[in-house]
Amino acid sequence: MMYVSVKNHQRIPFSDIPVTEYGAFRELILHELMANPDDHCVQYFGVPMDGGIRLIVCVARDSNSDIRISSCQASSENTYPSCAASKPALEKFEREITELYNIQFEGHPWNKPVRYPWNRAMQEQRMEQYPFYTIDSEELHEVGVGPVHAGIIEPGHFRFICNGEQILHMETQLGYQHRGIESLFLKPGSVLQKATLAENIAGDTAVGHTTCFAHLWESLCGFEPSAQLKYSRTLALELERIAIHTGGLSAMCADIGYQLGNSVFGRLRTPVINFFQQWCGNRVAKSLIRPFGTHFPFTPELGQTLSAMFDRYEPDFLEMCHELFKLPSALSRFEKTGVVSLEQAAEIGAVGVAARMSGLCRDIRASHPDDLYPELQHTPIVKHHGDVYSRTKVRKQEIEQSLAHIRQLLTRIPAPEDGLSASAPEVQAPGPYPHSGHAFLHQSPAPAPGMFVLSLVEGWRGEICHCAITDPQGALVCYKVKDPSFHNWLALALAVRNNEISDFPICNKSFDLSYCGHDL
Amino acid sequence: MISLLFILLASLFFSGIIIRTKSLASGRKGPGIMQPVKDILRLFRKGSVMSRTTSLVFQVAPSIYLASVIMAILVVPVGSLPGVFSFRGDFVFFAYALALGKFFCIIAALDTGSSFEGMGASREALFSMLAEPAFFILMGSLALLTGHTSFQDMFAALHFGSYVSYMLGVLATLVLILIAMIENSRMPVDDPKTHLELTMVHEVMILDNSGFDLGLILSAGHLKFAMYGALIANFFTGNLSVPLTLAVFLGTQVFCAVAIGLTESFMARYRMNHNPQFIFTLSSVALLIFFGVLVILGRI
Repeated sequence: MMYVSVKNHQRIPFSDIPVTEYGAFRELILHELMANPDDHCVQYFGVPMDGGIRLIVCVARDSNSDIRISSCQASSENTYPSCAASKPALEKFEREITELYNIQFEGHPWNKPVRYPWNRAMQEQRMEQYPFYTIDSEELHEVGVGPVHAGIIEPGHFRFICNGEQILHMETQLGYQHRGIESLFLKPGSVLQKATLAENIAGDTAVGHTTCFAHLWESLCGFEPSAQLKYSRTLALELERIAIHTGGLSAMCADIGYQLGNSVFGRLRTPVINFFQQWCGNRVAKSLIRPFGTHFPFTPELGQTLSAMFDRYEPDFLEMCHELFKLPSALSRFEKTGVVSLEQAAEIGAVGVAARMSGLCRDIRASHPDDLYPELQHTPIVKHHGDVYSRTKVRKQEIEQSLAHIRQLLTRIPAPEDGLSASAPEVQAPGPYPHSGHAFLHQSPAPAPGMFVLSLVEGWRGEICHCAITDPQGALVCYKVKDPSFHNWLALALAVRNNEISDFPICNKSFDLSYCGHDL
Repeated sequence: MISLLFILLASLFFSGIIIRTKSLASGRKGPGIMQPVKDILRLFRKGSVMSRTTSLVFQVAPSIYLASVIMAILVVPVGSLPGVFSFRGDFVFFAYALALGKFFCIIAALDTGSSFEGMGASREALFSMLAEPAFFILMGSLALLTGHTSFQDMFAALHFGSYVSYMLGVLATLVLILIAMIENSRMPVDDPKTHLELTMVHEVMILDNSGFDLGLILSAGHLKFAMYGALIANFFTGNLSVPLTLAVFLGTQVFCAVAIGLTESFMARYRMNHNPQFIFTLSSVALLIFFGVLVILGRI
């Protein structure tokens, strides 16, 4: 066996991961790990180890909920044949490895830097030297957008090569928000600090990333979460999905100049995020999810408030969707705009909404379920056209589905006393801004030494992956984060080809990708 | 002279009514009717910032743009009140005075060297070019019908006798409203509210203008609204008395502003490549008017 199979956030000794040499490793990735169409690479990264770089690849197989892991020892002196040359889904992972450890991959289609260069191996590289793709032509023209934008979006630079109004090629340059999240995780500090850090990986996915971190950390420490914890995490993930998807629909209406949809969906998002405020004192659910326990157990009173809120939300939401999806001017903007085919989505390893909109059924809630998802029997929403319309429709139906999940969850709220984990009986009653009561965090068990854990969570945007390795003393030697945007930015670049440049904003918004989640 | 004052008066509240209508339609209270005018007054108290890559063209363009709109307004009558001056063929002067202002706006946008403004300029040039035939076919038909070639005489001689001519009046109003929406960069052709440079038409051309210059361009925009409103009102005023003319004039302006506000609230804007198609329909409606006129005159 050249690889080891694990389940979602199953803890294994790091020494169980087989180490091979690169040639066999590459053959393994290309012909075994990624042989099936439902195999997708969730993580491929390097860790400095034994005087070289240990390359670790983790490929998830959706059909049997396995994650298969293998590794090889490489060094920056050698040049290796690229896997991305035949598996484009790996291209960004290889670029990241090159950027961080100066390992060269031969035959990589376009091995350019991924992020802002503060922890690059090649320190002399600068953002100004970024090698954009260029076309030498009198007829074509280039349009550069960003990194400073007119709207409230994050910094990112887009370079278009256009023939008049038609986009021939778009290149995305991100990395302006590279904060070094992964290295901050390695600094000695409390669990609370790490949880807060996870919350801030991407501001719009606070629940998703923190849940992923909590699963990973609890597994690393050998802690089994209580029913109340699982309950509140599942509920929070679905609530976050509803809130952000509703906001996304509002922004898409704004981008096509449809004022009614913009203001109605915008208004509908508010009660959902206000419910988070009521539950945990923060509208984007910061401080709600913590490993080992929670300050804010979900009570039947909160359940009643939530139920009443959704009774008002749902009819308005459905009415607005009905209006939007029968409006000819809106449909003509959505349909056949920004098409990504199933083949393209599969080839680049798209995840989440960006995969499901083109017929690629990829949903961690169904394939590698956790918390209460096995009981919810989640069936992913899949559309087939791969255009803006499909992405809008996936959002609408996922909101309806999340509403159904939440209503189902509300029928069986676990007893509130379950909310406090066994190790923290003295947590104070939740207030709007609790400053004390981190007892369950302080008394938590320590991570086991020499372990490897990989945790997958389906955030609202798609598959979030966190991965950690501990040393023989139980300290973290590696913490790896992957936001779904890491895969999906390439999908946007493919979607806008041959479209009008004026349709770029609506394509961009329909993917709704994270800049800071990508930049870390 | 009075007609000029009427148009200036209407320009003060036209944009305010559009914005207020849109606010109310989306469930918000919205700013006061005079807010756009206050914004312009605020801009007039500011200086302008100019990019170092721009030249004299960029500096004079906003003034020429405003001047061209005022020139065009001078020939527009309101009912029986004549414009400031009137001569045979002044509708051609009207169209090309506006085109001169637009031309300077476009070359000023190109002067900045920004790829966005270049795109905006090319779109604006294309859309105005496509809208031009509609305007001339419409005015030509009216000239043919009435036998006059100045706004003043044409509208004075325009009296609807038969059902066919009422239909022509309705069609002409439609064409003028739509031309006004294209020329003023409103939905569904352009979205004045968007913050997305890549989808803008007119807004992206004036991205580099600031302070006083921006104030000039915005006031020219308000004047253009009222000017097209006045042209539309002329179809309905006939030879009414002055107070009635004023009532019809103001009523038409408010009606146009509310109609624009409601359109912008309840529909999405067109995809950019559908715009030429939409503008061509104007020319075909104008042709319909032309054939209607031929029928009335018994030449077919």
